[in-house]
Amino acid sequence: MMRVGIVRFPGSNCDADCARAVREGLGQEALFLWHKTHSLEGADVVLLPGGFSYGDHLRAGAIARFSPIMQEVVDFARAGGPVIGICNGFQILCEAHLLPGALIRNRGIRFRHRDVHLRVERTDTVFTRACCGGQVLRMPIAHGEGQFVADVETLAELEADGRVVFRYVDESGCAAASANPNGSQNDIAGICNGAGNVVGLMPHPERAVSDLLGCKDGLPLFRSLLAAVPEAVAS
Amino acid sequence: MRITPRPGILDPEGETIGRALGTLGYQGVESVRAGRLISMRIEADDEASARDSVEGMCQQLIANPIIEDYSILIEDAE
Repeated sequence: MMRVGIVRFPGSNCDADCARAVREGLGQEALFLWHKTHSLEGADVVLLPGGFSYGDHLRAGAIARFSPIMQEVVDFARAGGPVIGICNGFQILCEAHLLPGALIRNRGIRFRHRDVHLRVERTDTVFTRACCGGQVLRMPIAHGEGQFVADVETLAELEADGRVVFRYVDESGCAAASANPNGSQNDIAGICNGAGNVVGLMPHPERAVSDLLGCKDGLPLFRSLLAAVPEAVAS
Repeated sequence: MRITPRPGILDPEGETIGRALGTLGYQGVESVRAGRLISMRIEADDEASARDSVEGMCQQLIANPIIEDYSILIEDAE
């Protein structure tokens, strides 16, 4: 059985949805990890869920990044453990320097909540192994600070290294200004670290895991985790 | 501490304020950048140690050097 540790910060609000995606979508074990603890409790995967940790004060993710458990999360990530950050979780990963760049206020200032289409740009990360290259997935976004920015050198490096994992596209999988909901540079919706074991994305795959939710396109991402920790699944 | 978006970083808030000013008829506003101001009272032996301390706060938490610059103003050192 794979154990997915979902970190709860004060203000997290997608933690239960993530647990449900893991339990009902994957049939695997989800456990909640309180941010003040110093143990990952043997988790095979660490997931930082969406929400508004610490009320998004100062900058989204800026304070959560210093929560006690983050030291363990950083160590786990540096040792190659799979770490996924969704929405606020992505913001926290950037603030913690586990991923480059930053997420700033959406262009146009508004909180955006709607379905978007993503193109999977890379299939050898812990969160995309069960996807096909170029696959287009539909899932919702819900964020006010989702505009990905990085300096020119960092952006060039991300592109050259193929570390852009998801890009906002239109329904047919093509780039389009109208498909980018927040003004992110290069239509970036999600990126990974050099090793591909840390992945962050703004859209919410956990809100797209059953017919009841209107879409199941988030499931391949969660299924990818099974491929990332095969020994845990087999035992 | 005065925190401002770094040059080159898009500032949607500043742009929106700029557009609103244009709508209100204010002319000649070439660019608007919006930041934040954080004021605090701290106790320190002297101004230099206060500055050191605040500098550390800015670098570690208050500003994100990827997207923001900061400056420090110390007033009323007693």
